[in-house]
Formats: sequence, structure tokens, C-alpha cells
Amino acid sequence: MHAIEKILAKNSGRKTVQTGEIVTAKVDFAEINDLYLQTVYSFYEMGGEKVWDKSRCAFVFDHYAPCPDVKSAANHKAMREFAKKNELQFHFDTNCGVCHQVMPEAGVIYPGMIVVATDSHTTTHGAFGAMGTGVGATDMATILMTGELWFRVPEIIEVRLEGEAPKGVYPKDVILAVLGKIRADGAVYKAIDFTGSYVDQLNVAGRMTICNMAVEMGAKTAYMQPNQDVLDYVAKRAVRPYEVEYTDPDFKYEKSYVLDVSALEPELSCPSSVENVHSLSSVVNKNGKIMLNQGYIGSCTGGRTEDIAIAAQILKEKHIPEYTRLVVVPASREVMEECMKLGHIQTLMAAGATITTPGCGACLGAHEGILAPGEVCITSTNRNFPGRMGSNEALMYLASPATVAASMANGYITDPRDFL
Amino acid sequence: MNTEIRGKIIVVGDNIDTDQIYPGCYLALTDPKEIGSHCLSGVDENIAANFPQGGIVVAGRNFGCGSSREHAPIALLNMGARAVLADSFARIFFRNAVNLGLVPVICKGISKKVKDGETLTLDLEKGIVTAEESGESYRCEQLGEQAMKILEAGGIKPMMRARFAKQN
Repeated sequence: MHAIEKILAKNSGRKTVQTGEIVTAKVDFAEINDLYLQTVYSFYEMGGEKVWDKSRCAFVFDHYAPCPDVKSAANHKAMREFAKKNELQFHFDTNCGVCHQVMPEAGVIYPGMIVVATDSHTTTHGAFGAMGTGVGATDMATILMTGELWFRVPEIIEVRLEGEAPKGVYPKDVILAVLGKIRADGAVYKAIDFTGSYVDQLNVAGRMTICNMAVEMGAKTAYMQPNQDVLDYVAKRAVRPYEVEYTDPDFKYEKSYVLDVSALEPELSCPSSVENVHSLSSVVNKNGKIMLNQGYIGSCTGGRTEDIAIAAQILKEKHIPEYTRLVVVPASREVMEECMKLGHIQTLMAAGATITTPGCGACLGAHEGILAPGEVCITSTNRNFPGRMGSNEALMYLASPATVAASMANGYITDPRDFL
Repeated sequence: MNTEIRGKIIVVGDNIDTDQIYPGCYLALTDPKEIGSHCLSGVDENIAANFPQGGIVVAGRNFGCGSSREHAPIALLNMGARAVLADSFARIFFRNAVNLGLVPVICKGISKKVKDGETLTLDLEKGIVTAEESGESYRCEQLGEQAMKILEAGGIKPMMRARFAKQN
């Protein structure tokens, strides 16, 4: 069996599971973000009274925090009341950060567990050898009532990433290259296991960036076998004992893709779909100077200390052009404090960046950096569908934080290798 | 549950993601009718107001890709749609649709074969879609046992209510 199958088997009280069968599995941790007050409504509508386990579920206020309007403020208020009534052990209010960053920091993510959240990017937690998957509000309400959920055991495909990344090529470039190859529906319902020598040496932050975007290929979940960096991270924080699962040597993947990372260049996902991936050099060769109105560094995809650090390195003693904005959103309060200690926040502010509350911000068009019709933005986030960050007539390019920083130094799309 | 669904259709393209089905700026809304009024406004602002009540949305590949927002099927249901026929569905959207009683059926190639305003009849038991105007029939995938169980109960909420009522 694969490690993911072992996790599903363990949590559903079975010795083995088969691809395609439906199992009902215990959920080790459930998270609801502040878009999903509907979860509370559905919970009561279905006859729920108290959550099944107050130490295994939490709200994270990240998409609309601090509240930009009365509706979201009322949502937060109602969710706080539910959290208090149920005496939830964990509650992440305004300024804590993006759910997929705060959960590992809080030690509720560890190898061998099942985490379910009302957020599609829950695949991020494959970085920790956990099975993470997203569901809607009403499915989540059934978890809050019963502590379990039905799953179809997915086919598992392998994406083997080999070699060392050349200078200027970051985990975001790698996952964009994978997306360009596998496409937006290339892994629907499947689990993606990222393997290979590149993955073996990849740190926690890079692992999170790659697993985060597995969902953009339609994947149910992502997985990476924990390495020492992951084990050290988790050992310091985990709130519960855990057991790392290992894939059996005779396990056969449904399909294997192999990518030579050493042959990659900085990549861009071009307007307006995530799978519209091309090398930055080819885009610039074809289109010439692509002028930018806004740069964005943040989100569960690209808002960690490592991301902010490379941006600060590139933008040190430079300034973004007049009439442009660079919005920097640390993925969590912990990331923000670390970046303040290291001086990155100060460096970026001096370069003209706008620093905003740890959270999701403009990634999904909520607030703090919305785009006007006709504007062009380069961003370290995960989606560029029409209207994603504001106007339907704005254009978004997805890129690594280094590419975003280099581009905002010039005011047009720029190869980060020019600055490294 | 009525295993035959008949309705007028609208046709949309490939990779219609949840931001197009229900834009991020409306996510704080909770009133179902208000949510319905913004359905597919990311594709065209006029779709919701003109949608034929009880109609069917026909789409290409990967319908509902993107976010886990339940607002997507809620908006479609409140706009007046009873079913979505598509080449393929994104996973979370499919689950959400089934849970809320919006019938999602895979019918490969359908979006290229029919046009806005046509009337289709969907037979869930036989797995066939018939276009009234042309008389053409197309095969579609049958929903699995798990999905049918939930849809037959009227969605996951009635199903859970019944289960919890029994326990108490």
C-alpha cells in the first residue's frame, strides 16, 4: 500500500484499502476558515449540538481579517460565539495568519494524520506526510457532528522531481512547470506523491509551496515522504504523538511523471488560467516589456519567511517605480515577527512595499490590494482566473517571490537571475 | 427522487472555476436568493437574471475547479438550476453539489453538441441525455451508489437529520 492508503486504512479501522472503494475515516483535525459560517448553520440545521471533540477543530480568521465590511464582521462574531460555546481548544482570530501556515505552526499537523478543512489548499499538508484535503461547509458540518467523513480511496500518481534547481529557480517555478505539464484537470480525484532527489533535500517551506498547488491540477491530496527537516519541525511543535507512514517498496503508482529540475528556468503562469505556464524568458521574448501595476508577495503558497527573505534580498536599497504597489502579506504573525527580527520588513518598506495583516488578503479578491480593470499584477499566490484579485478585466501572472521582487524593482516582468 | 430531469439549458466553456461561478467579493453573503443573483457573474453578469427556472447548465471540462466554496452549488441552485451536465467536474465541487442536491452528471463532449436555449431531458437511471429539438441522445456516466444515496435523501442535510433523529 501507499502511505496515503495506510493513513486511510488506519483511520477507518481497516487492515487494507483498495483504490476506488469508499471508506469512512476518522478525521484527526478539522479547520474552518472565515468564509464558511455556513458550516455553523448546516451544523444546527442537521441537528448538531456540540462538536465531537473540542481539541480537534478550529476556526481560522484569515480570508476577511481584519473585517473589511459589516457582513464579514457579523460572520466573525457568530463564529466566535460558536467557538466559545463549544470551548474549542484552538482558535485563530484576526492577525494569526493563513490557515495552512498557522496549523503547522500550532503543532496540529504531523505525519500520518488526516486533516480536512473548508479550503481547497489543504493539500499543503502533504508537505508534512499528512493527508490533507478540502471540503465544503456542509461536509465539514457533518465532520463536526461525527468526527468522520466518507472518502473514495484515490488513485495515486507519482511526480518525480530530480536534480538540483539552478540559480533563480525556486519551488514555485518547479510546481508551475509541473502544472504546465499535467494541466488543470490532469490529476482530478487523484493523490499526487512528489518524490525524487529534489524533493528529498527540500525544506519545509519549499515542500509546502509545491504541495499547496497540487489542487490546481485537481488533486484530492498531495504527499511527500517526511525528511529530516520535516521531522525536526514537527518534533518541536506537535501537540500529539504521531506515526510516520511509509509506502511499501512494491507499491505501483497509477502513472509516473518525471521532471528534470536542473533543466528548468523561472516560470510564469500567464493570464488567465493556472495551467497557462510558460518560461519567463519565452514570455518576455514574445511580448517585450510587460508593465506592471502591482506586485503581491503572500498567501499559503508564497508568504513564508523564505519568500519574504529573497524579496528583501533583491529589493535591498532599490525602490519600486512611481505609480506602482508592492503588497507584502506575511503568511502568519510568527512569519511577520521573524521577518521583523531579520530586518526584511524594514528593507521592503524602504523599497516602497505595503505590509498588510497576516492572512489571505487580496489573493482571493477579498481586500487589501484589489485590482482595477486593465491592471496587471505579478503575484506569488496560487490562482489567476478572471476576477480572482478584483476586476474581471485585470490580468494576473503567477510567479516565484523572487520573480515578483525582481519585476517590481523594474516595474515590468523581469528574470530574477538578473539580480542574483 | 425524480430520476428524470427536463429543462432548458445554457452552455458555458472549459475550466469554469468557482471564482467565475461565484466571485470572491460576494463570499460574505449568506442569503440564498442574494447568492443566486450573482451566479456565474464572473462569466457574464446577465446570466443569473435570465436563467430558465428549473434549467440545466451544460459545461465543458473541469467544471467547478478552484475553491471549496459551497457558494458555487448554492448559487447555481438558487439561480434556478437543477442539474449540471459537464465533460468533467472538479472534485470538491462534485461533492458539494451532491450534498446540496444539485445533480452533477458527466457527459463527455456535450457542451460542443448543444446550444443555449435547447431543452434536454436527463434520465439518471438509464444514463442518457436526450435533446428535444434534434432528437439526438447522448450517453452519460451514471452516478455512483454513494452519490445516489445522498441525492435520493434530498441531500446530506436531510440524510444527517434523519440519522441524528434516530440516535436521539
